[in-house]
Amino acid sequence: MKNKILICVGTSGLSAGANEVADNFQLELKKHNLFNNYEIIKTGDKGLFVDVIVEIIDSKKTTYINVKPDDVIKIIDSHIINNELYKKRLADENYTNFFKDQERIVLKNCGEIDPEQIDSYLERDGYQAIQKAFKMSRDKILEEVTDSGLKGRGGGGFLTGMKWGFGKKAESNTKYIICNADEGDPGAFMDRSVLESDPHAVLEGMIIAGYTIGANNGYIYCRAEYPLAIKRLNIAITQAKEKGFLGENILGTNFSFNLKIKAGAGAFVCGEETALIASIEGRRGRPKPRPPFPAIKGLWGNPTIINNVETLANIKHIILNGAKWFASKGTKNSTGTKVFALAGKIKNTGLVEVPMGTTIKELVFGPGGGMINKRKKFKAVQLGGPSGGCLPESLIDTPIDFESINKTGAIMGSGGMIVMDESTCMVDMAKYFLKFTVAESCGKCVPCRVGLKRMLETLEAITDGKGTQEHIEFLKEMSPTIKETSLCGLGQTAPNPVLTTLKYFPEEYEEHITEKKCRAKVCESLLEFEVIPDKCTKCGLCFRACPTDALEWKKGEVAYINRDKCIKCKACFEACNFNAIK
Amino acid sequence: MTEVISKTKSLIIKHEKEQSALIPLLQNVQTEYGYVPKESIDLIADELSIFPVEIYGVLTFYSQFHLNPPGKHTIRVCQGTACHVMGGKVILDNFSNKLGIEDGETTEDGLFSLERVACLGACGMAPVIAIDEKFYGKVQLNEIDGILNKYRETNEK
Ligand SMILES: Cc1cc2nc3c(=O)[nH]c(=O)nc-3n(C[C@H](O)[C@H](O)[C@H](O)COP(=O)(O)O)c2cc1C
Ligand code: SF4
Ligand code: SF4
Ligand code: SF4
Repeated sequence: MKNKILICVGTSGLSAGANEVADNFQLELKKHNLFNNYEIIKTGDKGLFVDVIVEIIDSKKTTYINVKPDDVIKIIDSHIINNELYKKRLADENYTNFFKDQERIVLKNCGEIDPEQIDSYLERDGYQAIQKAFKMSRDKILEEVTDSGLKGRGGGGFLTGMKWGFGKKAESNTKYIICNADEGDPGAFMDRSVLESDPHAVLEGMIIAGYTIGANNGYIYCRAEYPLAIKRLNIAITQAKEKGFLGENILGTNFSFNLKIKAGAGAFVCGEETALIASIEGRRGRPKPRPPFPAIKGLWGNPTIINNVETLANIKHIILNGAKWFASKGTKNSTGTKVFALAGKIKNTGLVEVPMGTTIKELVFGPGGGMINKRKKFKAVQLGGPSGGCLPESLIDTPIDFESINKTGAIMGSGGMIVMDESTCMVDMAKYFLKFTVAESCGKCVPCRVGLKRMLETLEAITDGKGTQEHIEFLKEMSPTIKETSLCGLGQTAPNPVLTTLKYFPEEYEEHITEKKCRAKVCESLLEFEVIPDKCTKCGLCFRACPTDALEWKKGEVAYINRDKCIKCKACFEACNFNAIK
Repeated sequence: MTEVISKTKSLIIKHEKEQSALIPLLQNVQTEYGYVPKESIDLIADELSIFPVEIYGVLTFYSQFHLNPPGKHTIRVCQGTACHVMGGKVILDNFSNKLGIEDGETTEDGLFSLERVACLGACGMAPVIAIDEKFYGKVQLNEIDGILNKYRETNEK
């Protein structure tokens, strides 16, 4: 067998020069006549942003991180020719810790296979699940999926088995399966990584779904912002067809299934099921009242099952390993694992998959590696994006499962998890999410269109230093009204970021209103930077950090901030090591 | 027949003449020109038997579509949650300052368009921007001039 060199070429790898790294390996191997001994495999994202990651599998597996194109010659020279590890780029303890406590099921193939080569997938149990499923009765598959307890990973947490049951029962000659790959939640990138790294796993899930409910056509609705995912899905579909896993009479059975990709066009609300359907039909993506649910009356009026990428990627594992195996992971009511996209003020940003029920703390300080800046304390974690909420340190031991997270007022959401420290302002966060939902509201119903805008204006007044106590009362009164009277999930959940910050960080609202102070130094109107001469060591770091010429400094002199030129970017404040800027 | 019309015609042929082809077709046109020209809209309306107002409705509903020609390079600044926490707004303000345009606009010399995007899905590299297809991660304020100049210089050559 050939030795293997795995190179991560996901979106982040590419920006760090992964293709150049791969090219250099190719070149150097050729130069040294080692081409027959080594196979280069370009994989998708492995999940940790320490690009470029290169793994060499010879007698053992060695991982190099932060590999630059220039390092390749040295790695070949040292590792491959002289049989000596190239220490400078060797994966560190941090890297090992990141993967140590994860349980990778959905991410099993991420960073391990070449997503553009179906053979690479086939080597690792690829398309075994459809072969097994075709030998099972449709009822039996449904029973397995139901008994596994799998709940939708797209945010709603609806039981997948139950949804499929509705679709299967619906009488119609034409039915559809849709994979929701819209991933509109800002701060989430799980689905993108799965599609880029392991597209066939999603196709396999869709084929099984189609077989089970009797659908012969499927659509993958993918965000237009994900060109690499779309490209790899197209390749995967072509290759799966060639091998007979997709198309007419799959593997000689009488079951046919065809797949098409629809690129989204940049509207968050199109992640909502009825809006997504409208968008595929070529119209504006505006939600419709449910019922009728898409499972009964969906695409062009036909029964349609919509599942999230991660939900579908779990299916093959349930079929291969059984419902019991899946249900044994996680908690009683939230089985299996969940993939999170960890980001923000955290040391290790990336994709983490852990069993449901893992606590926030275990995640943030385990794989997450703790805070990025040890001088700044953990303040909050944001879950569920614009529909979710910010949870404070006092709730850090909350287990991450559907029930426990819902109790806090946040939601599990699709898996975005943003860690915040003292330099994040909670009122600003609430404002940020409302700005997002106001911009993305489709405008169909009044509470969402008008109500959210009023709430945003109120928050803007507060962060501008014009806030009053009545503003807080207004936010508290308006929120439940909007939640109860909006037509779709966007409006129904949009007040959550405001409600959770009001609940868990009331003192920050209070300070903005009474003291006109933003403790995190974010709200521009409340900021006036100045240098405290007594504390200034004249080091000039602030001067170098300032993007304008607001900061005046000469060697040996105390720094001075010219407020007329200052754009309040905070760069000097962050740069000063002596707390000399306030 | 103008070039836009003949090109749009050749794109229409690749699709079924039905409503569901509208968005993919508009996406094809935009890929070709960087925006959707008025002539294309009229022609598509005719061929797919859809009212032009409805097409404008679709075009303005989806943030991906542009009705005006973009600059030679499109700078997309991510405003996702992670980027926001890591200073993405300040990055956007700085691009806006340095280029003298707001997001959604194009510089007078036609070299740059500036766009804010809800999320590029590359949160691990926050704050992140993309210029055309190239991603730049962990962008620092003092790198902005250098990045812009790189594109300006290649343009002068
Ligand atoms: C405004 C809005 C946006 C949504 N965006 C997404 C999305 O990007 N991806 C997704 O899978 N589900 C999204 N959902 C949830 C879907 O409507 C739907 O519940 C989900 O795709 C069902 O799949 P699941 O049962 O496998 O989770 C969104 C819902 C709403 C209300
Ligand atoms: S709640 Fe908002 S997004 Fe949903 S239908 Fe109403 S206006 Fe549109
Ligand atoms: S970084 Fe701080 S200590 Fe150094 S010159 Fe600036 S204000 Fe003074
Ligand atoms: S806040 Fe920004 S612009 Fe103002 S002085 Fe500091 S670094 Fe310069």
